[in-house]
Amino acid sequence: MGKRVAVVGFGQTKGRSSRKDVNGVEIINEAVVAALADAELTIDDIDAIVIGNMDHFEGINYVDSWSVEGSGGVMKPIFKVTTGGTTGTTVAMCAYYHAASGMFDRVLAIGWEKNSESDTTGAIITAFDPVWERPNLGGAIAGLALEASKYMDNYEVTERDGARVAVRERLHALNNPYAHLHQEWMKGMEVDQLVELLVTSEQNQVLAYPLRMSDMCPRSDGAAAVIFASEDVAEKIAPIPAWMVATANRHNFALAGDVDMDRNTTMASASKAAFEKAGIKEPLKEIDVCELYLPYSYAGLKWMEDLGFCGYGEGPKLLWDGVTDMDGELPVNPSGGVMSSNAIGATGLIRVGEAAIQIMGKAGTRQVPKDVNFALATGFGGCYWADVMLLGKKKPA
Amino acid sequence: MDVENIIYHGRIKVPYKWYVGETGSRFFIGLRDNKELWGNRCPKCDRVYVPPIKTCWECFVPTKEWVKLKDTGTVESFTVTHYSEGVAPKDVPIIYGLIKIDGADGSLLHFIGDVEPGDVSVGMRVKAVFAEERTGSILDIKHFVPSNE
Repeated sequence: MGKRVAVVGFGQTKGRSSRKDVNGVEIINEAVVAALADAELTIDDIDAIVIGNMDHFEGINYVDSWSVEGSGGVMKPIFKVTTGGTTGTTVAMCAYYHAASGMFDRVLAIGWEKNSESDTTGAIITAFDPVWERPNLGGAIAGLALEASKYMDNYEVTERDGARVAVRERLHALNNPYAHLHQEWMKGMEVDQLVELLVTSEQNQVLAYPLRMSDMCPRSDGAAAVIFASEDVAEKIAPIPAWMVATANRHNFALAGDVDMDRNTTMASASKAAFEKAGIKEPLKEIDVCELYLPYSYAGLKWMEDLGFCGYGEGPKLLWDGVTDMDGELPVNPSGGVMSSNAIGATGLIRVGEAAIQIMGKAGTRQVPKDVNFALATGFGGCYWADVMLLGKKKPA
Repeated sequence: MDVENIIYHGRIKVPYKWYVGETGSRFFIGLRDNKELWGNRCPKCDRVYVPPIKTCWECFVPTKEWVKLKDTGTVESFTVTHYSEGVAPKDVPIIYGLIKIDGADGSLLHFIGDVEPGDVSVGMRVKAVFAEERTGSILDIKHFVPSNE
């Protein structure tokens, strides 16, 4: 086993539709400076850097070298990791592995994206198989709509259930100063009223049945940085470090046609492995807060089942019972989640950073009103790839 | 059995655009509107960057002080290419030079023109020639030509 590792610092930029005032290198720098300030470290304290984004969104292929002015990577070991939507969580994993190896004490993880600099769907299509699926299906929206459609048919789920997830995420985002979407008009309105509006309003355009505009994540410009430290230094840097308890990732198929549309098998397998390692038997009772990569609303129903928080088909009940609201038994996405901010390469890393600050007690206006001993962060990407990271307050044995 | 090897031709064009950022924009605006070259100075190591950057990569501090530079410099190194990549805005032969602008510390990569390739040398003094039509890009400098300044 490697060394024990904890998150000791987190910085992020506010998500925006476009940051016209900065280039990619400069937005990276904003997150790095914020994370260093949060951990009360300087760039000289950093032993290695792991950075990631999705190359095709900005058309820049050597981000690791291109960005050193912003990342602080000059004359340091720096590694680029790109795994699609999971990039941010994979960056976090690699930074964790670096610190756990014993070769680097303080490792800076950076995720960023300027989605405003290309056509998001056009760029995503370049990640699909050029012969078999680009000509007939590409991008994220239609693929996710296929999954939602199947799930609705399997369990008699309605559009109202999907809308209820969107309402939760957008209401939570109002507490998060860094969230891209702040739908102030929702303030003070009842959940039922909001759900009704979302499923009946003509302004809420259907993109691909059953997905409307409100069911999808935005495309954002943003950057995040998380500092991982080995057990030799973590407690000296942070009064309450957020320890890495377990991590797992799973990839399955390259073609959408091969994906099991009934279940999210990668998320189920990765979370099962992580929970087993941590000795967690009843995830709903034992995990205190989640920051899940839910790129669209129905993921907040079905994937909750795959994560083992409830039985198959019980996602809607868990949701409508308020279990996943801020004051519920298992608050999900106090940050507002991916549906409120999605600078894609940063998104997974933001989940890890947000999970960490819930443990560290630094989440401010979005701090959940309960003790946080375990926080779960996930990443989702590509053709149903899953990253899972479990963080804890107690230093692992 | 012989099988015909099928080729599928791609048609994807992703319409990229890049926000230059306030720091780079200020440089291009000076170039476009006033035919001026501006750099910025690191408050810690005193190095003057052109093109300007927002953070000194050596010292990791903001480089906020703007410095107006001359439009003259010295050839640090050069090469002459005799093949065309299709992207260069010139016909071959093309003379590429690393130009150390007077008052700056690094070099600017650009073209050297109005001179026979055989007459270019390292250490040669050059001066910027600005494009007639300037749009706010690095090609607002047409090229550098030999100079006595």
